[in-house]
Amino acid sequence: MAKPHKTMNTPLKRVRGLGSARGGTHHFWIQRVTAVALIPLSLLLMCTVIRLAGADHATVKAAFGNPLVALLALLTILAAFWHFKLGSQVIVEDYVHAEGAKLATLLAITFAIFVVGGIAAIAVLKLFFGA
Amino acid sequence: MANVERPLSPHLQIYRWPITMVLSILHRVTGVGLGLGTLLLTWWLAAAAAGPEHYATAQAVLGSWFGRLVLFGFTWALFLHLCNGIRHLFWDMGYGYEIKTADRTAWIALAASLVLTILAFALAYFWY
Repeated sequence: MAKPHKTMNTPLKRVRGLGSARGGTHHFWIQRVTAVALIPLSLLLMCTVIRLAGADHATVKAAFGNPLVALLALLTILAAFWHFKLGSQVIVEDYVHAEGAKLATLLAITFAIFVVGGIAAIAVLKLFFGA
Repeated sequence: MANVERPLSPHLQIYRWPITMVLSILHRVTGVGLGLGTLLLTWWLAAAAAGPEHYATAQAVLGSWFGRLVLFGFTWALFLHLCNGIRHLFWDMGYGYEIKTADRTAWIALAASLVLTILAFALAYFWY
């Protein structure tokens, strides 16, 4: 009688001897962490946008001069763009099957998200420091 | 002749979409929409950071009827993705898988997203 497996690894994994990459739930988990964070953050974002609807430039500048508003804006940017990166990755992996095209699309989306997120963060910092 | 009353297997055009399927598709669609919408928010932030003139341009575009329509769509997408996302978090914890419950929470998420969107716009017009 064969001995039962002592690990959750497939036979192929055992042959390769690489063990678990220990990343199995990381994507799933970070997507949930950012999702939970975005519940209050997106509601606060909505409140801020509603409050600033039609406001003049001085009012907007003054609002982001408040450290709490600036911090919440930065946290929202971090959580939202990270969540977007993870979500768009799933969509690309679902629909783009050719390995090269998939890799290229994922890289392009990741770079674009970092650039746009970076611009948003710097804009908030510039408004906060009033430069 | 064989049993002609026999139901045919559903085809895409005549298939009645379950509400859970509608919400599942909308979750992904609104996710992409929100991602594209971040371009708009970033543009608005960058314009405000660039100075009063750039900010005035952004306000004029976003305040136009078309800008307001886009912002309405963005707001609804955000609230739908938020409400349906909470539904997903409950599934992650193992709750709400019964078909009746899943149907009901789908309708609740859809209704809540519409109410919140209308509320947000009513408040925005009130402040404005």
